[in-house]
Amino acid sequence: MAASSTARSFLQVAATEEVVSPLRFVQIEGLVILKIIKHCKEFSPALVTGQLLGLDVGSVLEVTNCFPFPIREEDEEIEADGANYQLEMMRCLREVNVDNNTVGWYQSTILGSYQTVELIETFMNYQENIRRCVCIIYDPSRSNQGVLALKALKLSDSFMELYRTNNFTGEKLREKNLSWVDIFEEIPIKVSNSALISAFMTELESNTPVTQCDYDRLQFSSNPYMERNMEFLIECMDDLSMEQQKAFPILLQELVTSTSPATGMVSEKKVVYLISMLLDSLFSLKDHLGPSKSENMARKAAGEEPLPEEDPTNPIFKPIPEPSRLESFLITNQIANYCNQINGYIVYSRSYPFFWIA
Amino acid sequence: MASGDRTVLQFSTQSTSNLSAKVHPLVIFNICDCYVRRPDQAERVIGTLLGSVLSDGTVDIRNSYAVPHTESAEQVALDIEYHHNMLVSHQKVNPKEVIVGWYSTGLGVTGGSALIHDFYSREVPNPVHLTVDTGFRNGEGTIKAYVSVNLALGDSQLAAQFQEVPLDLRMVEAERLGFDILKTTSVDKLPTDLEGMEVTMQRLLALIDDIYKYVDDVVEGRVAADNSIGRFISDTVAALPKLSPPAFDKLVNDSLQDQLLLLYLSSITRTQLALAEKLNTAAQIL
Repeated sequence: MAASSTARSFLQVAATEEVVSPLRFVQIEGLVILKIIKHCKEFSPALVTGQLLGLDVGSVLEVTNCFPFPIREEDEEIEADGANYQLEMMRCLREVNVDNNTVGWYQSTILGSYQTVELIETFMNYQENIRRCVCIIYDPSRSNQGVLALKALKLSDSFMELYRTNNFTGEKLREKNLSWVDIFEEIPIKVSNSALISAFMTELESNTPVTQCDYDRLQFSSNPYMERNMEFLIECMDDLSMEQQKAFPILLQELVTSTSPATGMVSEKKVVYLISMLLDSLFSLKDHLGPSKSENMARKAAGEEPLPEEDPTNPIFKPIPEPSRLESFLITNQIANYCNQINGYIVYSRSYPFFWIA
Repeated sequence: MASGDRTVLQFSTQSTSNLSAKVHPLVIFNICDCYVRRPDQAERVIGTLLGSVLSDGTVDIRNSYAVPHTESAEQVALDIEYHHNMLVSHQKVNPKEVIVGWYSTGLGVTGGSALIHDFYSREVPNPVHLTVDTGFRNGEGTIKAYVSVNLALGDSQLAAQFQEVPLDLRMVEAERLGFDILKTTSVDKLPTDLEGMEVTMQRLLALIDDIYKYVDDVVEGRVAADNSIGRFISDTVAALPKLSPPAFDKLVNDSLQDQLLLLYLSSITRTQLALAEKLNTAAQIL
């Protein structure tokens, strides 16, 4: 059955080259989820990755199997080993009729801090070879809270084009109408299981009234988790304020150089802008309000003027971490929000049984 | 004379009496998946089990992979090189997982299995043989584990017998989470945390209802009182910390306020980011 559907999709791909239906959801097998959970949990808190195998059928990306990658040290010979390992695994899996068609990779994360430049680079690497690939992110720390934290991500097309031209100036971003939310697209996940497995599982595990994850969810000791979240948040804020501090001398320079040819009106606006940025920089040293505005200016400025750093090629690449960092800031934020919601819920419902029994 | 000639058939059971095996559900999934994908001419699937042996002698089976094999009425051939290759690859990822045995689908143990078991016992001192009945022959999916026990007549080895050992299905908490979605054939979307919370609360309420009903029944004499259950219930209720209602209220409100503060902080940050973005796009008209 797998072979015939491969043949069909092959024909489809060959025939309809131009029409690319948008990816609507990712269909994962239960086996893959279990493997990912097991692998990530065994090595937590270290971050691990692995390869996803499956089929690309129309608007659904099916993930039918996966295998983990060994932890790689930063060594040249191990790099070749890693490639060998991958080839070996694919070959062996082919022999037992597993789809050895790479459709993406998975990685574990801690508290959702996965937006890094490496992720984007890996995406671009994969995208060159495979038409459609996803990255599945699993968060084992959130699973301790009783939630299955599995997400499927894809880079948005507009962001990919922008990345290819390596141009992150403010005007470009405005042209494309791209903001930080547009970098990653989250794709809904569907889980499917073969009938055999579901028969087995239903039989082996009767429906107990309460499971362990219920106990996890009803736990009240969420303080350490919240603390870690806040720590991450504050770290991100520090990073942002550092970025903007670096950009400040440039903005001053730009203001000075650009007021002469411009009309009085324009320079006035720029002065106002710069003053507001100054105030922001002062505030941001104390709290987090306002670093983003100046940071966006830095994005614009850094694209046009070289920053006063030792390495002159650095500024070109400098804008790139900024959108991601902004995103990670936001996402950590979101996580803080999520667990706040959970906690609020827990607290409200906790009082209920207490009063009932008492 | 007769007593001197008679020798006793010995079953050496002491080494295996406290041996038991624990299986992770991933292994079952793997086996089922391999069975579904087997080549058409093969009737059953054979593969290697990976895991570790715990300190109390229990065998913990954590992972598995299928090994291609050919089987006919007289002989069984296993692709040994493939087996070694996969083993090496798996050990690169997780060096702690070693071979602990092998599995085959189908109920019961056949003659060919003894040969394969022999092969595996050359790799591991006491391999565990797992059979997974995918045919549901007894009307249910039976999973059994066996170890080989030597039958000795006097001093000479006669044969090896497959003796069943108790098997336990064990699951880590994280796997437990996904478990509900793994039971059905398809799930439309992953449950969000709020929904999970809802389900949990419902279950908890159902449990409390049950206990309440039980206590009522006992008090009214409808059900015979079971002292152990009664003691359990009283222990549970006593485990709740004794707080006066105002103190409890204060506790709850304090933590609630802390969380509201955090919620407010994160909302402000999000608003700020949205504003900054708007300003960025608008401010370029300079």
